[in-house]
Amino acid sequence: MTGAAALAVLAAMGITLIRALRGPTLYDRVLAVNSFGTLTVLLIALHGFLTERPEFLDIALLYALINFIGTVAVLKFFEYGDLGATGSTED
Amino acid sequence: MPPAVIEHLILVSLLALMTVTAGAIALTRSLFAAAMLFGIFSLLSAAVFVVLDAVDVAFTEAAVGAGISTILMLATLARTNARQRAGPRLRPGPLALAAGLVLLLAWASSDRPRFAAPEAPANLHVAPRYLQEGPRETGVPNVVTAVLASYRGYDTLGEVTVIFTAGIGVLALLGLGGGARRD
Repeated sequence: MTGAAALAVLAAMGITLIRALRGPTLYDRVLAVNSFGTLTVLLIALHGFLTERPEFLDIALLYALINFIGTVAVLKFFEYGDLGATGSTED
Repeated sequence: MPPAVIEHLILVSLLALMTVTAGAIALTRSLFAAAMLFGIFSLLSAAVFVVLDAVDVAFTEAAVGAGISTILMLATLARTNARQRAGPRLRPGPLALAAGLVLLLAWASSDRPRFAAPEAPANLHVAPRYLQEGPRETGVPNVVTAVLASYRGYDTLGEVTVIFTAGIGVLALLGLGGGARRD
């Protein structure tokens, strides 16, 4: 059952990769990378249960955090062109 | 299907996806797309590291490869062109050289010991001593930490110095800290 789920996640990764390759807009690609990160988290979690070592779930959780922060950083970069920006558009 | 077969299938699928991503990175002309695809490539290699039980390497790959590198590449792109200069599509010389190198590496790896074989020379040279004497000699319970921080401590210190210097250089070039004002 876990194995079938892992293979399904792999298939979803392939489909997401096609979206990242074809684009066409930048935001399609950003969203594809974000979804790909989520699928990686799922795959690592499933792999932990598949090899009967679910304590690796911590790593999947850390990946989820990195994925979220990374996407926010990329989007912030597109919006302001600078990661040091505070979010206010006054200057 | 037994779990070992599925694990093997996962590894092969991940490597196939990595090959597709690498080919797309080489072929695309949009540098923003290449930066995004590099993020996917890093996530894939991090997953491969987890499947190969190299969890600490996977941590590093996810944080540095998928996280920081993507941001640094985007920061670089903001200061350069977002499109690659159009060149000749296919150059036969470098292509033949790369293909020859691939064949040479495939031939060289054909008589290599099976993956993670306990009788491989790499696992018989100094590894038994690290595993048996490591806790007593260094006092570190984790054998990976014992090798990195004690047995090859000077090497690690040099690596950290190089990475620190490179980090300072990148920050000085890109100004990510926002401290320096550009007029």
